[in-house]
Amino acid sequence: MGISKDTVKYIANLARIKLKPKEEEKISKQLVEIINFIDKLKEVDISNCEPTSHILPISNVFREDKSSESLPVEEVLKNAPQRKSNFFVVPKVIE
Amino acid sequence: MELNTLTAHELIEKINNQEITFEGIIDSIKKRIKEVDSKVRAYVRRDDYINLSEYQSSAIKGVLKGIPISIKDNICTKGYNTECCSKILEGFKPPYDATVIRKLKEAGALILPIKTNMDEFAFGSSTENSCFGPTHNPWDLERVAGGSSGGSAACVAVDEAIVSLGSDTGGSIRQPAGFCGVVGLKPTYGRVSRFGLIAFASSLDVIGPITKDVRDCAMVMNVISGYDEKDSTSVNLPVPDYTKALINDVKGIKMGVPKEYFIEGMDEEVRDIVEEAILLLEKLGAVCKEISLPHTEYAIPVYYIIATAEASSNLARFDGVQYGYRKEARNKKQEAGIIDMYKNTRGEGFGEEAKRRILLGTFALAHGYYEAYYLRALKVRTLIKKDFEEVFKEFDCIITPTSPTPAFKIGERIDDPLKMYLSDIYTISANLAGIPAISVPCGFTKDNLPVGLQIMAKHFCEEMLFRVAYTYEQNTSWHKMKPKLL
Repeated sequence: MGISKDTVKYIANLARIKLKPKEEEKISKQLVEIINFIDKLKEVDISNCEPTSHILPISNVFREDKSSESLPVEEVLKNAPQRKSNFFVVPKVIE
Repeated sequence: MELNTLTAHELIEKINNQEITFEGIIDSIKKRIKEVDSKVRAYVRRDDYINLSEYQSSAIKGVLKGIPISIKDNICTKGYNTECCSKILEGFKPPYDATVIRKLKEAGALILPIKTNMDEFAFGSSTENSCFGPTHNPWDLERVAGGSSGGSAACVAVDEAIVSLGSDTGGSIRQPAGFCGVVGLKPTYGRVSRFGLIAFASSLDVIGPITKDVRDCAMVMNVISGYDEKDSTSVNLPVPDYTKALINDVKGIKMGVPKEYFIEGMDEEVRDIVEEAILLLEKLGAVCKEISLPHTEYAIPVYYIIATAEASSNLARFDGVQYGYRKEARNKKQEAGIIDMYKNTRGEGFGEEAKRRILLGTFALAHGYYEAYYLRALKVRTLIKKDFEEVFKEFDCIITPTSPTPAFKIGERIDDPLKMYLSDIYTISANLAGIPAISVPCGFTKDNLPVGLQIMAKHFCEEMLFRVAYTYEQNTSWHKMKPKLL
């Protein structure tokens, strides 16, 4: 199947990645090749197959609803590119 | 005899007999790093290592007392930069230790503050995708050390570390271990806590040891394995003493040799060397028979859908908000400031392979493509898993080469992503099925490049791996050989 330039633009937008025009060109070509290779999965008979999203037979792993130690706020903010008191500072979110 | 050239178990014996001090071990490691790392480049951000002086204090106790251990750059070490060799995480100092790090510290190990080189976010099979440049194979500096745990494998091979910790999502411990002539173990999924491992693909990732010999590997596994309530995918099963599985005897052990793994396109020398290893195991009493893993050819496409889909989700958090690199936009009229910040930060912060994989994963999960790609891949994964279950009904383990070729030249495959992906063909299935697998050195090509032998076993049967690997190792001398270049 082909991947059009528009599809790549659409996917890049979903992934919130800005691609330079040359990158867009190169990656489009490579994605087409990779997806053509991946298309060989169409050969497989999956008619009576359950999907495996998790390899081990464990589910509903919960913990006690008890509060315990968590990271101090100061530690959490230490790596922040921009902070103000107890907040991460970001550019405007709402237009 | 330089202390850095010994194994952990040899050093611990000397420590217990009070023949050496742990300062002596650290000094010899530091000296070796100064001597060779500018050529090998197994470590990143080397200026950080002056912090080693803080270990010169009182009693160290535990089964790994005094043993310096190097850690891959995607495992969180409190206070020491952990950047996944990516620009987007530059400067990140984790505020907590990964569970495996905590356990190693409790066992007396000394965590080196400089991390080992890796492909960015573990995306790669050569360590060429690191933002710091590739690690060079100590056996031939013009070749790759393998990936993504290339740094960890190389530093152990050249005695810049006693043992190392890597991660394996599609072969990232085993393949570099094979390329560098050392031992690398991928534990069963859920055996070792992933808490503190910066995630690539959550249903495939595991942490595991890279060591000079099988005994060291068992010792490290004893320490890092076990249930962790902070990792909801870790399994609550008791941890055996893996050193008790180090038995030099494989009589009667049934080993399957999958015909799909001995194909056209594999290096003839690798084929011959691995077939010799299988003959040796037969001589030692193992029963080796040809088997079939019929869905092997679908493993790579399945992996590259599932792993990239999971990666696209896991890497969504790298957006310039809480840590790492941030690139703000200025004067944008059309979009809100924050969206541009995400796009610019991620566009500039991620390397090429990272962007390629995130886009592929996003595509596989996107509306209109999800069923044809992601859901289909999950179903074929079930078939791959069933192939192994069928074989393990009759066989104790499976023997294969670790890679179809020995280490390739730096730059040889970097422009052909598909060719690069195909180098994982023997290792990927174990991650898809969640089973444990180990690579041990089994010979050298005529160019003096190491070749790895891979052994796979059922879930939670690492003891079988240790027994077979130990027997093979004790009846050969590959593990005693060191690269002569440096």
